[in-house]
Amino acid sequence: MSEPLLSVRDLVVEFPTRRGTLRALDRVSFDIAEGEVLGMVGESGAGKSITGSAIIGLIDRPGRIAGGEIRLRGERIDNIPEDRMRSIRGRRIGMVFQDPLTSLNPLYTVAEQLIETIRTHLGLSEREARERAVALLDQVGIPAARRRIDDYPHHFSGGMRQRVVIALALAAEPELVIADEPTTALDVSVQAQIIDVLRDICADRGAAVMLITHDMGVIAETADRVAVLYAGRVAEIGPVRDVIQAAEHPYTAGLMGSIPTLTQTAERLTQIPGAMPRLDAIPQGCAFNPRCPQVMPRCRTERPDLLARGQGRQVACWLHAREGVGDV
Amino acid sequence: MSDFTPEDRPNALRRAWDSDLAYSFRTSPVALVSGVVATLIILGAVLAPLIAPHNPFDPATLNLMDGFTPPMEPNAFTGNVYWLGTDNQGRDVFSTILYGARTSLFVGFAAVLFAMTLGITLGLIAGFRGGWLDGLLMRVADVQLTFPSILLALLIFGVARGFIPAAYREAMAIWVLIVAIGLSDWVQYARVVRGATMVEKNKEYVQAARVIGAHPVKILVRHILPNVMGPVLVIATIGLALAIIAEATLSFLGVGLPPTQPSLGTLIRIGQGFLFSGEWWILAFPSAALLALALSVNLLGDWLRDALNPRLR
Amino acid sequence: MSDALVRIEGLSRTFDVSKPWLNRVIEREPKAFLTAVADVSFEIRRGETFALVGESGSGKSTIAKMIVGLLAPSGGRIVFDGQPMTGTDGAAMRKLRKRFQMIFQDPFASLNPRWRVGEIIAEPIRTFGLASGAEVRREVARLLEVVGLGARDAAKFPHEFSGGQRQRIAIARALSSRPEFIVCDEPTSALDVSVQAQILNLMRDLQDEFGLTYLFISHDLSVVRHMAGRIGVLYLGRLAEVAEAKRLFTDPRHPYSRMLLDAVPDLAMTGRRRKQVEGEIPNPIDPPSGCAFHPRCPLVADRCRREVPRAVPSGDGMTACFAVEEGRG
Repeated sequence: MSEPLLSVRDLVVEFPTRRGTLRALDRVSFDIAEGEVLGMVGESGAGKSITGSAIIGLIDRPGRIAGGEIRLRGERIDNIPEDRMRSIRGRRIGMVFQDPLTSLNPLYTVAEQLIETIRTHLGLSEREARERAVALLDQVGIPAARRRIDDYPHHFSGGMRQRVVIALALAAEPELVIADEPTTALDVSVQAQIIDVLRDICADRGAAVMLITHDMGVIAETADRVAVLYAGRVAEIGPVRDVIQAAEHPYTAGLMGSIPTLTQTAERLTQIPGAMPRLDAIPQGCAFNPRCPQVMPRCRTERPDLLARGQGRQVACWLHAREGVGDV
Repeated sequence: MSDFTPEDRPNALRRAWDSDLAYSFRTSPVALVSGVVATLIILGAVLAPLIAPHNPFDPATLNLMDGFTPPMEPNAFTGNVYWLGTDNQGRDVFSTILYGARTSLFVGFAAVLFAMTLGITLGLIAGFRGGWLDGLLMRVADVQLTFPSILLALLIFGVARGFIPAAYREAMAIWVLIVAIGLSDWVQYARVVRGATMVEKNKEYVQAARVIGAHPVKILVRHILPNVMGPVLVIATIGLALAIIAEATLSFLGVGLPPTQPSLGTLIRIGQGFLFSGEWWILAFPSAALLALALSVNLLGDWLRDALNPRLR
Repeated sequence: MSDALVRIEGLSRTFDVSKPWLNRVIEREPKAFLTAVADVSFEIRRGETFALVGESGSGKSTIAKMIVGLLAPSGGRIVFDGQPMTGTDGAAMRKLRKRFQMIFQDPFASLNPRWRVGEIIAEPIRTFGLASGAEVRREVARLLEVVGLGARDAAKFPHEFSGGQRQRIAIARALSSRPEFIVCDEPTSALDVSVQAQILNLMRDLQDEFGLTYLFISHDLSVVRHMAGRIGVLYLGRLAEVAEAKRLFTDPRHPYSRMLLDAVPDLAMTGRRRKQVEGEIPNPIDPPSGCAFHPRCPLVADRCRREVPRAVPSGDGMTACFAVEEGRG
């Protein structure tokens, strides 16, 4: 197998507090291949956004990376100085956040922001950069891009603004785009548009996408593979169809069953009892064990590692520990 | 008070000690030092009759021969030693400071309480009612803010004295002073409470109370008030320091308390007359006490503001 | 006729969104109004779950607030069990208030952070004078158990609970006045999916147990599909379609309903594309003429740009669309 674009190994992120150190991420490992869309799902507090922040080196203090490594094309980026990280952020890794207003500076026109990003990272002339910016806006589906480029962010509607953010994230031709809940703030009818734009434009440019969202529907439509996080740990990774239709981890199975769908009309939804533990009260052994319908004695004492199960699937669960070990 | 307070009461102290606020206090050197200084001064003031070497305002305990004794030196005539020396009338400076701080603190606390009550009430009403009443109250507040508050206090003090018969002026001076300082300071409370009320009244817990038809006064007092008190406490703490300084300023200018009821400000006014004749301690120690008190209370207020601000945690 | 518990008749609400008087005079701007709800009529039958769906600006929350009396309607009326609520005051209103309750969207804002959970749940009991003394305590304990919490939780503060548990507390509070009708304003949109399933299941169980009638407000069609018997689809303050749930999902008539259904992501759709939806919701301060949906509508005709379509009864509901009316759909 060729070298992955992004490789995260045993990543640990800790937040020291006065009541002890909280582990927001606990030995998280996954790869993103070139041009691939990896969905990252989990409930709030599962650690999906922190994973994104860790990769781009923007963890809120006093949090810190306490272990593991992050490699971009084989080169470590978790322990490099801030000025080198800055040149990777934006240039090699683009970012799209939930609220378009936080990614756009309200005091500058869209043109100024796009052109500056393009010129900083690609070293083009003003005129070339402007042409490129117009082309980008056109590609993300902004009508009359040449005229609208000189507008300020507040002149755009929510959906259009998120398109501008996507254009900005892609302006420097990054290899990877991290999109953190890119559609959560938008109306349903606009969400579909934005997801399509994000997927198509990244596919065109061969940029890989790490799509962080709590919305399984969005993942189902967009991602190639999906990683399911629970309490700061990876529960399961695999091709999106397999994970959704035949989840191996009991948590994933419960999660999928609890999502109401348009086609199913069951009287009751499957429900997982309880709630995800708080970071200061993660149970011993498998973090899911108190809620797990198939819990075994071993689950309460030993933490299962993420094991390869074939066909690109990995699962961290003792139910699947014995069979299939070793085949990758 | 509540039907649902847990029975295990002794844990309340333990819980208070464990709270984030207590932790933040314990780990902040500035807060700790300010807390100790402010507590010492307040304790000294409250317990003045018990710990002061003598009551400096009881003529019976005074000996004019003790006048102008420098600190820590025996008096030339009586051989008495005073830690901080004595003033022209032989009053022990340490004792005058304790009694002066007592008056200053009383005026400060009372003025803050007055300003707070007025400001909170008007702020709650303005924020909750909105409309023309809100507009009117806030315009009054705006106008008042254009005057320096000390000038306003002077004005209120002067006008109030004009209405009080001469015979009662001395006795009423302290209350007039409290009202004057309080009235010059309510605006801040009202503004902060109004803003917080406007935020809180749209929160869903207030809507839930409105759905069941709870009385507006009950909503204001039981739901909104407890949730707007955080910033009020911060202003009140800093306001206490300002009120003490305002009182000292007025007394220093001679329009505050009469010499029979001296505060730290009065002491400083008396002391400044002796600065250039060599008796520095009569001015220096009361000034230092005022500075220590105002500064420590102010720093406590600053700390409280940061500690209650969730974004700075 | 059918057994309507709540009847909404021609309900409207406009908001004055003008700038302050002085700014208007200086900038020579006229007063500005936003029509959040325009001429909405429907009825909610005893024991059913009626859902209102719509995107932002559709007016669904405004309708909910008017029904529970948090907002006064600008026009039209609300009739609760035969009694008009608009203009009713004093004792009569008090009696009516006891019969309905509301569950809010954000369980972090809907519980007073300074009150103990027991006090929160007891507030309606005390306000309506339904019980006193130790009886209140027993009732609170019972309610906590009904929603799947423990009697001991009454002594805790809201911050000690997770989002899902808080929503259970909010439900216990809503139940405490023993209402017949509960308005649920996006009750699960702030919750994670696995917790959402718990809350939705709980709400269904409670409905069966206490014979409750729900008005369920949501932007999430899959949740509505799961909960509602009948559904009203709102667009920019007007009802586009009212239909039985089953019919709406199999055979949506109004072009906006169809578009909304196409836009919903579904787990079964791995790798498939949603149908592209054109355009975005217009600014409600300056809505399009005629049918508000016409700029995005694939079936638009001249008439749609000029006239506002009337509600035309169809089966168990209604559709407000010229294309459907004229058989072009």
